[in-house]
Amino acid sequence: MSAIWLVMVALGLLTYLTRLSFVLLLERWQPPELVRRALRYVPLAVLTAIILPDLLLVDGSLQLSLGNPRLLAGLAAILVAWRTKSALWSIGVGMALFLLLNGFLP
Amino acid sequence: MLNQRNAIAKRTEFLNGLRAELPILLGVAPFGMIYGVLAVAAGLSPWDAQAMSAVVFAGSSQFMLVQLVSLGTPALIMLLTGFVINLRHALYSASIAQYTRPLSPLWKALLGYLLTDEAYVVAVLRYQDRQSSPYKHWYFLGAGFTLWTCWQLSTAAGIFLGAQVPAGWGLDFTLSLTFIALVVPAINDRPALFSALSAGATALLARDLPYKLGLLAAALVGILVGLWSERR
Repeated sequence: MSAIWLVMVALGLLTYLTRLSFVLLLERWQPPELVRRALRYVPLAVLTAIILPDLLLVDGSLQLSLGNPRLLAGLAAILVAWRTKSALWSIGVGMALFLLLNGFLP
Repeated sequence: MLNQRNAIAKRTEFLNGLRAELPILLGVAPFGMIYGVLAVAAGLSPWDAQAMSAVVFAGSSQFMLVQLVSLGTPALIMLLTGFVINLRHALYSASIAQYTRPLSPLWKALLGYLLTDEAYVVAVLRYQDRQSSPYKHWYFLGAGFTLWTCWQLSTAAGIFLGAQVPAGWGLDFTLSLTFIALVVPAINDRPALFSALSAGATALLARDLPYKLGLLAAALVGILVGLWSERR
């Protein structure tokens, strides 16, 4: 298990430096207007790029049918998040529906 | 008197940050538990599994890492994949830097450690809030601290419960639900919508790129499409 320790410490260090990178670098440098506008799209683009494949891919292939519990529960969560803007409700409804569709709830 | 008022303002910001992060935990806690379960199942000792949550403190890369461990992936490939998955934090760092500039090095070191997806989105909303306050970093700290505590405790719960939480339940899905709860309310105009949709489509198309590079490609496409559609 010493290899995993090495990976853990190295990845921890790299991740920390990544997080700290621009917080330290941009101390003196003011980014131009274009860059500042671009940064607005960062969380939207990154998080959607994580969400969509998780909803649509089952074992690496597209599953657009309603028999895909992740897709249905995800769409329900999106709808609730859009209408209510409440994190609690959207996660709660998505989770309940997901468990229900998988037969884990009565 | 003034000192006392400042102390109250700081505490209020901290508690408001804590409170804003709480609903997100409903999605984070199951994901942390599933990580703990999978880490032990992959052969990590309970101590290693817990240490990972404190040292790396980035859910999706930890999740990927324990899957790669159980596949017997070489250490360098694991490191590279984890690094690429976590590169998105550089974009968060660039985005938050304009607000952290006046802070002391100690604050920067601390907030840098706490800069996760979930704390970032919550903190940046407070920073963009018109109501001005010199203590918005306390809000960030409150949100980050809350998420950190939840991540450590849910990891411990997953390690402790072990096989009692079946991996087949697919509870890792709660990460996507969490991100949905963070992203959807932030999509409030057409450029934002186009940015998100194009990034999602790119991630699907580029899913077979090695080391999760598709995620970076998707982020770039999403940013460019967002900027481009502002002018239409």
